[in-house]
Amino acid sequence: MSLLLDLWTIVAVSAGVFFFLAGTVGLLRFPDTLTRLHALTKADNLGLGLVVLGLLPRVSSPLAGLKLVCVWLLVMLAGAIGSQLIARVARRSGPPA
Amino acid sequence: MPEFLAVATLLVLLATALGLIRLLRGPGDAERMMAAQLFGTGGVAALLLGATIVDPSIADAALTLALLAAFASVAFVKYGGALGRSSTPESGEDE
Amino acid sequence: MNMPLLVDGSLVVLILAVAIWTIAVRDSFAAVVGYAIYGLMLALAWVRLAAIDAALTEAAIGGGLTGVLLIRAAVRLRPTESVVAVETPGRFVKALAAVLAGTVSAALAVVVLSFPVPAPTLAPQVAGHIASTGLGNAVTAVLLAFRATDTLLEAVVLVFALIAVWSLAPDRLWGGRPGPRYHLEANGMLAYLARLLPPLGIIVAIYVFWVGADLPGGKFQAGTLLAAMWLLAIMAGLTDAPPVSRGWLRVALVTGSVVFLAIGFAGVPLAGAFLAYPAGYGKPLILVIEAASMLSIAVTLALLVLGPPERSAQQ
Repeated sequence: MSLLLDLWTIVAVSAGVFFFLAGTVGLLRFPDTLTRLHALTKADNLGLGLVVLGLLPRVSSPLAGLKLVCVWLLVMLAGAIGSQLIARVARRSGPPA
Repeated sequence: MPEFLAVATLLVLLATALGLIRLLRGPGDAERMMAAQLFGTGGVAALLLGATIVDPSIADAALTLALLAAFASVAFVKYGGALGRSSTPESGEDE
Repeated sequence: MNMPLLVDGSLVVLILAVAIWTIAVRDSFAAVVGYAIYGLMLALAWVRLAAIDAALTEAAIGGGLTGVLLIRAAVRLRPTESVVAVETPGRFVKALAAVLAGTVSAALAVVVLSFPVPAPTLAPQVAGHIASTGLGNAVTAVLLAFRATDTLLEAVVLVFALIAVWSLAPDRLWGGRPGPRYHLEANGMLAYLARLLPPLGIIVAIYVFWVGADLPGGKFQAGTLLAAMWLLAIMAGLTDAPPVSRGWLRVALVTGSVVFLAIGFAGVPLAGAFLAYPAGYGKPLILVIEAASMLSIAVTLALLVLGPPERSAQQ
């Protein structure tokens, strides 16, 4: 059982890190502000979510697990609202130079 | 397992560091704000991984960081828009 | 492959890179974003140094509040930027500044690297006496029991700093509302966030305050969180900054210091010295001081970020 949980941690955290790297690559390589924004928020929220899922089997108490999930939900909320606001700034200032 | 998580932390920091390039180059305020958001999320991920390896109370730092990052990004967007124009953010526009 | 060394090394490179870029970049907004990121990276460094209380404070103040303070300053200074840009310092001044900064850094490095191993520290004494305070967190014990006078003076200094900021207001606006009036878009996203986040922030703040007795945390980090949540509501337009002449505001500002002083003076007859706690009452008294201080810190920090009064109290 614990081997299964360890395997789950390894798989989920690896996938999370992969998405983080993918988000950063998108941020660097996409041609346009809005596409970069999309890459950043989707990949980072998914990346963090997978990392949190992977770390859940290893927590020492339910409160610690709740803390992990709360952090992820907060970051998702901030990311969602923040990306909308950033998109407005980008739209207001027009196409980048 | 701790070694694997340490490698994961390193990779997350690397991904965040690559975002620096966008911070340096990014034409426009939106890119810089995006880089800041990347650092915020990456920092939170690194802290959560650290909480599992080293000390569970680091998760509290991650929680505080998540809240303050939300607050800071809102403030940056609100005032960042003002820096590009002559009017102030409180002139009754969008938000 | 020494893993901790790699993590620390990459953090150091990141911190240096962000710091150099923040100083070198021309645009104020970019510099402020860089500074906020720098604060974030420093918080990670504190965690690596096992100073989690410092990491909490750095993340809250350096990443959040100072960033917002700086960006408001940058917006204010916008009209003057072109004038200032013409007055760039000459090469001699720049070279002098570089030499001074380099000397200070080198001196610090020499001092830190020449510590005897093990470095001189009072940590064993703290660990030996911490049981008498009833606390589990050594940092809180030092701040509120062993070195409580310093913390009291810092609380008072914060209030003085706020008064100094208020003194920048023009005479006719003294006692007015700080900051501009923010337009509320009732169905907008900012208002949505400002309705959703503060309740969560308050819960987390109370948690950080409560857990600070035995684990990293405490009144200062909790107060910073509360201040950030209040500022968020103000920036979204959900509530307006109160006039600084309001009675409740001024009472809230001094409550922390007053309670601290009162308990301190009560310690003279009850326990023999200023700020001494009677045996067995250490932890409850410390918690009372912390609760009052948390409130004061929250109000003080929020008002510091908002700045001097800019509108009359009637608006």
